[in-house]
Amino acid sequence: MTTTQEILTIFVVVLGTMITRFLPFFIFPEGKDPPAYIKYLGGVLPYAVIGLLLVYCLKDSVSNRGTIIPEIIAIVFIVFFHKWKKSMLLSIGAGTALYMFLVQNYFS
Amino acid sequence: MKIKAFKAALPYTIPICAGFLLLGISYGFLMQSQGFSFLYPLSMSFFIFAGSMEFVTINLLLAAFNPLAAFFLTLAVNARHLFYGIAMLGKYKNCGWKKLYLIYGMCDESFSINCTVKPPVEVDSGWFMFFVTFLNHLYWVLGATLGALLGQVVQFNSTGIEFVMTALFVVMFINQWGETQDHRSALTGLLCAMVCLVFFGSQNFILPAMVLIVFCLSVNRKTEEMVVEQ
Repeated sequence: MTTTQEILTIFVVVLGTMITRFLPFFIFPEGKDPPAYIKYLGGVLPYAVIGLLLVYCLKDSVSNRGTIIPEIIAIVFIVFFHKWKKSMLLSIGAGTALYMFLVQNYFS
Repeated sequence: MKIKAFKAALPYTIPICAGFLLLGISYGFLMQSQGFSFLYPLSMSFFIFAGSMEFVTINLLLAAFNPLAAFFLTLAVNARHLFYGIAMLGKYKNCGWKKLYLIYGMCDESFSINCTVKPPVEVDSGWFMFFVTFLNHLYWVLGATLGALLGQVVQFNSTGIEFVMTALFVVMFINQWGETQDHRSALTGLLCAMVCLVFFGSQNFILPAMVLIVFCLSVNRKTEEMVVEQ
């Protein structure tokens, strides 16, 4: 990607983000009630998008390293660690550290 | 008036400060390890100011140029803001020029504080919400920039650090899983994405996956309505 293309990509992401933030204030200027279908999607989409993003994160694992075993080990670890400590930052830190240890020593 | 509002807002943002600095540092560090100058995390954290989307944008920048897919992915990832906005229509009223900035900086954390916390009566609520938003914005930009600068100084084997993004989403998935008894939406997202990944390949699966997710969720709503009617 050239620098111009990089700036354009970032601009598009900023634009998309700002649309999601400003749109309701344009559509419902005086607190008009949004339709039921939109409210429904608003309730369920956040749950579905995280699943999509998880797959998005893992999409290139197989082609990059030829295996998804370190990812699976680290994810299972995070699930149990998070159930135990219930601290978002600790779970992210410990899971990432374990993954780095695995790919640097056993799956390189 | 401003000082009072600042003093009222600051304590609520301290936990966010710890989280944003740590996560921001790993974000800046990750960008640096992928070969980007600190100007990238600095400007991205300032202008985008939506954490998970900024992590995703790193991948977008490393992949082939595709602004349309990037645009729709941003809309999907940040669609939740629409509903934050709907929730804040009333609260952001009568805030004058500050309203523009309040909407611009409405990240998950600022929203959760501004939506739930009622500032003391003697404090101007517009300035209170302004400082909540501003402080969170500041922590995030500081963390991201600091991480990128640290990455240039501190030398260690950072292979695998990109997993910090996966770890973030795993934890968010677990948290959301615990929030509700109805796991159909979460499973719909996971399954639709996997099916589309298999059929369309890793470069092209995002858009079809989003269409399939909205379709499945809409069908689910229709069948629910029919069950209710019966």
